[in-house]
Amino acid sequence: MSAKSRSRAPIVPYAVWMVLFVIAPIALVLYYSFLDLDRHFTLANYRNFFSSAYLTMTLTSFWYAAIITFFTLLISYPTAYLLTRTKHKNLWLILIIIPSWINLLLKTYAFIGILGLHGPINALLETLGFDPTQMLFTDFSFILVVVYIFIPFMILPIFGSLDKLDRSLVYAARDLGASGWDTFRRVIFPLTISGVKSGIQVTFIPALSLFMITRLIAGNKVITLGTAIEEQFLVADNWGMGSTIAVFLILVMVLIMMATGTSRKGGRA
Amino acid sequence: MTSKLSLGGKAYLALMFLILYAPIFYLMLYSFNSGDSMSGFESFTLSHYADVFADTRLIVILLDTVLVALLSGFIATVIGTLGAIGIVSVRNRWWRHTLLSLNNVLIVSPDVVIGASFLILFTLIGAKLGFASVLLSHAAFSVPIVVLMVLPKLLEMKTSLIDAALDLGASRRDVLTRVVLPMIQPGIYAGFFMAITYSLDDFAVTFFVTGNGFSTLSVEIYSMARTGITLTVNAISTLVFLATLIVVAGYYWVTNRARAAEAEVRA
Repeated sequence: MSAKSRSRAPIVPYAVWMVLFVIAPIALVLYYSFLDLDRHFTLANYRNFFSSAYLTMTLTSFWYAAIITFFTLLISYPTAYLLTRTKHKNLWLILIIIPSWINLLLKTYAFIGILGLHGPINALLETLGFDPTQMLFTDFSFILVVVYIFIPFMILPIFGSLDKLDRSLVYAARDLGASGWDTFRRVIFPLTISGVKSGIQVTFIPALSLFMITRLIAGNKVITLGTAIEEQFLVADNWGMGSTIAVFLILVMVLIMMATGTSRKGGRA
Repeated sequence: MTSKLSLGGKAYLALMFLILYAPIFYLMLYSFNSGDSMSGFESFTLSHYADVFADTRLIVILLDTVLVALLSGFIATVIGTLGAIGIVSVRNRWWRHTLLSLNNVLIVSPDVVIGASFLILFTLIGAKLGFASVLLSHAAFSVPIVVLMVLPKLLEMKTSLIDAALDLGASRRDVLTRVVLPMIQPGIYAGFFMAITYSLDDFAVTFFVTGNGFSTLSVEIYSMARTGITLTVNAISTLVFLATLIVVAGYYWVTNRARAAEAEVRA
């Protein structure tokens, strides 16, 4: 805009929002991470966090997030690729996205029925001659449900970068004698890496911080960083420890953002 | 689908669509089950829908959820649009970059961290947890997405238009309401729409700041689901799914109309 129209007035509510809801919350979490239960300054929370119990929990949380991200990517990449090859690709894309508009809680709730002892999966297993097993409240069901939920969010950025890919590069590679796999590995995948990175970003960070699905589906078998924060804040009422884990999660987030570029998140989970 | 796809490709896509939609339709199917669990369909009934509409508490929660979504969407759209205009007017590149980075903090932050930090904030300033804290939180986490939707529209706008309006004697207010806002309208619509969907979809932040007396649909479903399966939840799901489809369709209709109108103006 021109210098003449420059005015500071419009930015005032926005600036207030930024101070109150962006800067203050980060500062408060950081401040609380140094407080003990009696609101006195302490480093005990951090000492606690680097003790074996919390370290194991953190590593498990990372491990689950990595598995979830891996499988989501493995399923989503071919889907995104095939979508770009369809005739009415934007229509198909919308159809892929619609399930992501459905409230997360409802999708999770559906799996309580589907994976239950008398649910359709067990009915299928039984007709195949297996004994019905309780799949709920296992880490398998947790990974399954989370992968299901993240698939559309992973497809979206990958579809975007695949769609922008210049097809003639692919044809050129094939003409020059590259096999299908070589073309994928050395042309298609490197050129769509930005979409993959955004996809990993929108999957990995939420996978670390989920707490609702762990409670409903994994029945406390899986403890993520998110579950730990929720527990400290709302159950144990130890805001200091909860804040310490939150500070750690923020740091991890910043590292992942730096490692995968700065594209933005596609959804919240 | 097209001939460009191999049979295997088609089968894979078909399987993906099946997997993505099956849980949703499963949920909807059992909303008509006269039994009381999500397995073994007995016979068709609408009684679970009757239960939803007979439960005044549930209806109040539904209305509250929609009210919070619309109000927070509106507040976020106003603050975010003004913020985007403000960011564009910042000339210093370092400042502009810093503002944009700070803007994106809430978009990339995990919900649980946002919820926990807002809980500390509201408790410290002595605000009572309930409708107001939920509304403010939803507006707060929707502001940055509105900014991101409006900003590109502002950046592609020609500054000469504003200069022309000012030269022709328009006041700053006129420039804003009659030049800038109409030009960035599609971005504002998109931002409002995104804000509403963020609000409707949120569980984690609300869960932290909702207190005891107030509840939104997500939080209510969570507490219902924790106690086991109630087919009332399935009936709600079906209603929510239909409402979602209507909102998405409505959004595409509005944006298409806006695009058509824009094309007409340009032509």
